[in-house]
Amino acid sequence: MKSSAPNQLKGSFETRARWQPLEVLFWVAAFASYYFLPGKHLILTEIAILALFALSLDLILGYAGIVSLGHAAFFGFGAYVAGLLAKHQLVTEPLLALLLAGLAAMLLGFVTSFLVLRGSDLTRIMVTLGVALVLREIANRYAWLTGGADGLQGVSMDPLLGLFRFDMFGRTAHAYTLIVLFVLFLLARRIVNSPFGLSLQAIKGNALRAAAVGVAVNARLVAVYTMAAFYAGIAGALLTQTTAFASLDVFSFERSADLLLVLIIGGTGYLYGGLIGAIVFKLMQDYLSALTPQYWPFWIGLVLVVIVLVGRDRFSSWTLPLRRLAARLDWRAQLPRRSVGGGG
Amino acid sequence: MAPALQTFGLDKRFGGIVAANDVSLHVEKGARHALIGPNGAGKTTLVNLLTGLLQPTSGRILLDGNEITHLKPHKRVKLGLTRTFQINQLFFELTPFETVALAVCEREGLGGTWWRLLASRRELVAEVVSILERFGLADVMEERTVTLPYGKQRLLEIALAIASQPSVLLLDEPAAGVPEDERQAILTIVAALPSDVTVLLIEHDMDLVFKFASFISVLVNGALFVQGTPEQIAGDSRVREVYLGEAAHA
Repeated sequence: MKSSAPNQLKGSFETRARWQPLEVLFWVAAFASYYFLPGKHLILTEIAILALFALSLDLILGYAGIVSLGHAAFFGFGAYVAGLLAKHQLVTEPLLALLLAGLAAMLLGFVTSFLVLRGSDLTRIMVTLGVALVLREIANRYAWLTGGADGLQGVSMDPLLGLFRFDMFGRTAHAYTLIVLFVLFLLARRIVNSPFGLSLQAIKGNALRAAAVGVAVNARLVAVYTMAAFYAGIAGALLTQTTAFASLDVFSFERSADLLLVLIIGGTGYLYGGLIGAIVFKLMQDYLSALTPQYWPFWIGLVLVVIVLVGRDRFSSWTLPLRRLAARLDWRAQLPRRSVGGGG
Repeated sequence: MAPALQTFGLDKRFGGIVAANDVSLHVEKGARHALIGPNGAGKTTLVNLLTGLLQPTSGRILLDGNEITHLKPHKRVKLGLTRTFQINQLFFELTPFETVALAVCEREGLGGTWWRLLASRRELVAEVVSILERFGLADVMEERTVTLPYGKQRLLEIALAIASQPSVLLLDEPAAGVPEDERQAILTIVAALPSDVTVLLIEHDMDLVFKFASFISVLVNGALFVQGTPEQIAGDSRVREVYLGEAAHA
């Protein structure tokens, strides 16, 4: 009985750590889009960038419970760092520049993480908002460096890995962002299913008790905030690299607010929320802005109100039947479990 | 041999209110020590001071002879001082399995590990399951905690503290609000704790205190009033007066 009990463990971290067929399907579809939707490279690239950005916010909001209304700070910082590296020909290989931009945003995340340790959700909203606004104004003020309100012009990069040029149809950009998104998703998936990820969820649930169990609450929050800033910085850098341009609106309040909207649509705390939310949000925006070029924010607003009225939980539970179905389809669940360590 | 837990002249004031008044408490190693007192005597304040949720206005706290007065709560846990809460402090969205796994991970210093999957540590999973079995929680270990009945949550509250393998365990009214039939399960578990674990029991229920404790400290108005063996306390007329006085008010 005792020895067999761990093998009967079905739910929790083990099943979450194992790949579900639906997840495989999701990523197969994502990569298939490259071949089957050749005319849609641009919007699919935008979706992938937004999805990565949303994944970043989900790490802190969905797992650690940190509300941010200024996540564009890191997105924008990554965007400008990537732009400056390319413009001044400091680092001309895109992948290396991407990594450096992510690390720069990560450093900014580490420094500003101490501001979100204390206080309530409201304080955190204000502080994060403030950081983003300050950065935007700095970028605006130092126009000799950033181009100010005109944006950063003249961003040009070498071919990716010296092999793939960024073409005018966005083929390279699409494949590039999708692969970066996938790799960082894999990493995030690992992080949230680790002991560290568990401690974040504990902090979100009850920080007082987490500390009483021995969790170094502040250190964990600093760590996840820093990681999330890296993700956001990479997303921003991808935007610069794929559009060869960076403007002040990378720091804008709307960008941070839209990001929250994306997570409200997709749901938080299971990683796919940001990805699904990004797809829905971008397609909706695309459709509505084609329909009513001037008034599409009205419809987005209406959708937001409806979502809140219907109930966020119900919306994010859209995916629940799918997840159940996935569990039932999971052929591995029918087999006797080999070991508990089968995850990954 | 230094006492497991010691305080010297511990004071805590909230404005004009004195919640702890010159408390010098000595808890011997392996003791079954009970801290009793009428409502509002400052028992929970004292526990909060000991575990670092509150900072004392003055005074010192030693754990195994080491100063811990200004250490953060999680650092005291790492040194072996763990508590349960009078009102359950649980992670409602986590399962009992995840809850206990958290404590075991932290104890083993794995809590910051982000590159390895939790499920890949087999020995850890086995230990978590065995703790849950001991507390009769194995059959619900994959339910969300919020869905469990109160008695089960109470058991989880205590399992969580014990999973840290403390050297000093502070039990803040472990049986509070637990229905009679589940009460026995808690008493059995508390009685079965290894004898090298020092236990400080904060309790209201005299029945439980006299069954369990080998030494009793009585706290009144934030100050230590009387201390002694259960026999001495039971025979002490002043203690009876304090409790009868309270009973008359209630």
